[in-house]
Amino acid sequence: MKRIEGSGQDRASTGRFHYPQDRVVDKAFNWSQLKRLFSYMKPYGRTLLPLAAAAMLIGTIVRLAAPVLIGYAIDQAISPGNRDLLLWVVVVLTGMYGLQWVSNVYRIRWINRMGQYIIFDLRRDLFNHIQTLSHRFFDQRSAGSILVRVTNDVHSLQELFTNGVINLMMDIIMLVGIVSILFVISPELTTAVMIVLPVMFYISTNLRRRIRRSWQVVRLRQSTMNAHLNESIQGMRVTQAYHQEQENMRYFGDLNMDTYDAWEQATRKSAKFRPVVELSNAVGTAVLIWYGIHLIGNGTLSIGNFVTFATFLGMFWEPISRLGQIYNQLLMAMASSERIFEYLDESPSVPEKKDAVSIGTMKGDVRFEQVSFQYDAVKYALQDLDLHIRPGETFAFVGHTGSGKTTIVNLISRFYDPTAGTVLIDGQDLRDVTLDSLRSQVSVVLQDTFIFSGTIMDNIRFGNPEADDEEVKEAAFQVGADRFIRELRDGYETEVEERGNVLSVGERQLISFARALLADPRILILDEATASIDTETEQIIQQALQRLLKDRTAVMIAHRLSTIREADRIMVLKEGRVLEEGSHDELIRQHGEYNRLVKAQFQHSHVG
Amino acid sequence: MNTFKRLRHFYLPDRKLFFASIVFLIMMTSLTMAYPIVLQYAIDEVVIASNASLLPYLAVGFVLLTVLKAIATYLHQYCGDMFGIRSVYRLRQSLYEKLQYLPFRFYDNAKTGDLMSRLTADVEAFRFFLSFGFAQVMNLFLIVVLSFTVMMVYSYQLALVSLISMPFLAVVVYRFDKKVHPGFKRIRESFADMTTKVQENVSGMSTVKSLSQEGMEKDRFSRRNDDYKEKSLYNAGLWAVFFPVMELIGNICVVLLLGFGGYLVMTGQLQIGQLAASFSLMWYIVSPLMNLGFIINTFSQSKAAGERLLEVLDEEETDIRKGELFLDRLKGDVEFEHVSHIYQGEASNALQDISFHAPPGSTIGLIGAAGSGKTTITQLTAGFYHAAEGDIFLDGQPISRYSLADLRSNIGFVLQESFLFSSTIRDNIAYGRPDASMDDVVEAAKRAQAHTFIMDLEHGYETVLGERGMGLSGGQKQRLAIARAIVMDPAVLVLDDATSAVDMETEQRIQAAFGEVMKGRTTFIIAHRISSLKHADQILVLEKGSIVEQGTHEELLDHASMYRRIHDIQFRDQYQVMQRQG
Ligand SMILES: Nc1ncnc2c1ncn2[C@@H]1O[C@H](COP(=O)(O)OP(=O)(O)OP(=O)(O)O)[C@@H](O)[C@H]1O
Ligand SMILES: Nc1ncnc2c1ncn2[C@@H]1O[C@H](COP(=O)(O)OP(=O)(O)OP(=O)(O)O)[C@@H](O)[C@H]1O
Ligand SMILES: [Mg+2]
Ligand SMILES: [Mg+2]
Repeated sequence: MKRIEGSGQDRASTGRFHYPQDRVVDKAFNWSQLKRLFSYMKPYGRTLLPLAAAAMLIGTIVRLAAPVLIGYAIDQAISPGNRDLLLWVVVVLTGMYGLQWVSNVYRIRWINRMGQYIIFDLRRDLFNHIQTLSHRFFDQRSAGSILVRVTNDVHSLQELFTNGVINLMMDIIMLVGIVSILFVISPELTTAVMIVLPVMFYISTNLRRRIRRSWQVVRLRQSTMNAHLNESIQGMRVTQAYHQEQENMRYFGDLNMDTYDAWEQATRKSAKFRPVVELSNAVGTAVLIWYGIHLIGNGTLSIGNFVTFATFLGMFWEPISRLGQIYNQLLMAMASSERIFEYLDESPSVPEKKDAVSIGTMKGDVRFEQVSFQYDAVKYALQDLDLHIRPGETFAFVGHTGSGKTTIVNLISRFYDPTAGTVLIDGQDLRDVTLDSLRSQVSVVLQDTFIFSGTIMDNIRFGNPEADDEEVKEAAFQVGADRFIRELRDGYETEVEERGNVLSVGERQLISFARALLADPRILILDEATASIDTETEQIIQQALQRLLKDRTAVMIAHRLSTIREADRIMVLKEGRVLEEGSHDELIRQHGEYNRLVKAQFQHSHVG
Repeated sequence: MNTFKRLRHFYLPDRKLFFASIVFLIMMTSLTMAYPIVLQYAIDEVVIASNASLLPYLAVGFVLLTVLKAIATYLHQYCGDMFGIRSVYRLRQSLYEKLQYLPFRFYDNAKTGDLMSRLTADVEAFRFFLSFGFAQVMNLFLIVVLSFTVMMVYSYQLALVSLISMPFLAVVVYRFDKKVHPGFKRIRESFADMTTKVQENVSGMSTVKSLSQEGMEKDRFSRRNDDYKEKSLYNAGLWAVFFPVMELIGNICVVLLLGFGGYLVMTGQLQIGQLAASFSLMWYIVSPLMNLGFIINTFSQSKAAGERLLEVLDEEETDIRKGELFLDRLKGDVEFEHVSHIYQGEASNALQDISFHAPPGSTIGLIGAAGSGKTTITQLTAGFYHAAEGDIFLDGQPISRYSLADLRSNIGFVLQESFLFSSTIRDNIAYGRPDASMDDVVEAAKRAQAHTFIMDLEHGYETVLGERGMGLSGGQKQRLAIARAIVMDPAVLVLDDATSAVDMETEQRIQAAFGEVMKGRTTFIIAHRISSLKHADQILVLEKGSIVEQGTHEELLDHASMYRRIHDIQFRDQYQVMQRQG
């Protein structure tokens, strides 16, 4: 039973995959968090909420009044045989039920509207906030776990904000009403009976802490499972190519079992809540019988009052036990909202200053001053780098894999901030300008291409939503993509799914190239943008680029000599430091690293 | 109901839990009646008869009854929950297994987000119904039937009065379910749509950010968020119409009972006590009706979810064990005979009449424009797709005679896009052969020129990579992918553009190390750099799915060819560089 303490995975933790683990936070019931959650009701605090509450009130009153009326009819009309009165009661009762019917219709309508609006707001806020977060955030988390917070965690609040809230109000109203009536009937008896409340409160506080914790464990394990599902779907080709279906099933079996265990533990604990509440009720009732009869013996309480008291006491336990259910719901909701707020509280690691200014139309002058950068605490990806790319220049980086080329690109686009030193464009520190003004003028063709689901046309247009069809086609034509797009089933209107699996890798790269061109950037960065493209197409692109890049700055990273040769200047990197810099001809003459790199390409044809 | 019937083997094994849950629920319901009985007894026997000695027994007895009820409540909830949890455990296992064996064709058009929403939200909806809904349906049914029977005993006329409501109720329930079901289907689809959008957004976040299109993404998401809200509100609207009607029907029964019952009492056909009893029975019938709407809701919702789960479970999977020939190790003789291929739903052929022969141990180079069919050739060899026309032979036998499992254990595939898993570097390299020794892993890493950079990492081979190999540079990922294929020790090795992100010098070292690796294996090298494939025994130059030139490096250079043109562009500087070198 104890093994659930601590959130470590039992079985899957030693498995073949590792996913970043959240911790189980063991805080007391967090009122400020609850307040924050309910603050989402605020916009509807003057409209939908009171309307729904009013409708609810009418319904509740009818529900409480109907038995009274029926009792009245039995005593006053049916027993004495008063037909007219019976008829009246029937008419009034029908009218009351009619009223309840109408009020129910509106209650349901309004409360659902409020609930859905709140969920909409919450989800929008969360998604929009995630858009502002930086690369570091995404480096540390799997797509699957982010996904589940926006979709499923928010979803699990839906029930709370619709039926939960209204039931809570209904029950509280009933409780208050009943307690007042009880007090009016007999203050002594009420006090005696209420003695069980603190006991109940104590037991349930203890219990609920453990319940909450076990729900958190469930959520964590589900989150791991989802992260794995997401990854395994995306990596299915590798799994099948390497015939690892069985192995993965074993791993998933463990994950699934872990989740199952956590659920079982949580169920065991939550299922205790209601019985505990009911047991305290029973004690209360026993007190009532005992002490009540004692009071009757004293003559302080009449039998009639005793009966009424007992009836209302019976009604008292019902909302209390329902509140227990709502409480459970609330605990589960708290586990989810904790995870939601954790993201909402995350601030971007590359923050935009409050007084950030637009960078204006860029000239395209890029300068690195003594820039060092670390992805983690151990290793430098770049060290004391000085660099100056002049406006309009085509600048190339070469170097071994892992020497820091992509890192430089990441810093120019300000996906990360340097650990030390400054990155300047047009003389302005990137930390002082707005991200949008920067990134809308710097366009990167990434090493990893990404195709969105939608048409080819939409995919290219992603670089510039304002572009018309002709401009899109023009961009595709420039990079030599036009040829294959026209041959597709529906040409530019061909639908592709995410990642564009029905296209060849080179075709995908051409599309993302066209997308970057369409963005009409002042600085164009090509990070191995033609690595999967054949040499002849590449030549077409280069000729086009020479035209297009007039008075724009271009940064190129490539391993193919034919790609970098045309650059105005080339910088050779090694392990995050600059080795050499100069034009192709100069560097060849220097007989340094560049020369060696270039020669590597030819060597064999001489030897072999 | 069909949906549930078809999913029954997920929950039927646990039917004991289900029945237990119902039994305890009935117990719970009947014990609830203990309260009024004890009270009535207390008044009649203790107070009025002033028999105070009974008092302690009464109080203790009541507490004991409640203890019983508490236990029943606990067991009901526990059994019900476990019924759902266990069934869903089985369901998840099956879904996951299914995903493992769906063909590439399925994944070409699959949306990860959509699949995710089926595997998470739909599974959850299904569980919810199993845990709560199922028992409630049974309970409702039982209570109504029981109360009705008792009522028949009291007064058949009153029983008939309450029966009047049943057809109305049936009609309402039927119409509600009919309308609400497609509504739920739309909600679930809309939810999946939203999930897909988020999934895509998060996966493509670098692209979104580098093009500064967060605003557009917000709009796109907002549309789906809104759509989901609207779809949900549509169903809430239905619920707002039908649910109160169900309650109203129940309440009208009460009014009828009062009027008609009162009339019967007045005319002396009924005792007033019986009328009072009928009322409480009526409440037992009416109050579950208020729950009926809720139950139908969860029922419909889980039915819609179940349908979506069945869609996945019904997808046709490939049987990777089916094969006529037992195969331990291939020699690696690959032959294509007039192979043409067209991808499903595409307009034009991806491959056109391809024929070539690769003897065991030979190296085949493939070069050609983007989309010319290089990858397709290798994927057909590994049986990821079935060639539309023509035959592919491995060791002289058509590949369809081998089981896919055997085939794939013999082919080491470095996919064009290097996908790595969230796992340690060691486990990533040993992915295809989890029992590989550390020495094998290190050896493979050395061959792929990955060892040095791995040792530079703080935790070396135990470094845990993030999703998709986050934390490594492009070239580093590719080298791990190469090492992963080498560890497999395959008879046929496919390097699909496997060194595109690797610098020239490192590539050359990989090639040198490969000289040994490739001995005794048939190797396919796809590349755009001539330097990568000029040592191949045979180079195939592809254009629009056809082989346009074929031969060795020297042969192809001999005459004015496409290969020659590519060579000239790439080697423009050779003379100059080598010259200076002297
Ligand atoms: N997100 C990250 N987290 C941690 N380390 C990283 C991350 N991205 C890159 N690195 C490390 O930083 C170093 C520089 O990587 P970078 O991506 O800049 O190399 P690169 O020159 O672009 O290489 P390639 O030619 O292979 O693409 C590498 O050692 C790499 O392992
Ligand atoms: N899964 C698929 N479904 C439909 N069409 C596809 C699929 N995969 C590839 N194609 C199409 O088939 C043709 C050949 O693709 P293939 O991937 O074999 O090209 P490739 O030569 O490998 O190109 P690259 O150098 O760009 O990788 C292309 O036109 C491509 O659009
Ligand atoms: Mg890089
Ligand atoms: Mg390819």
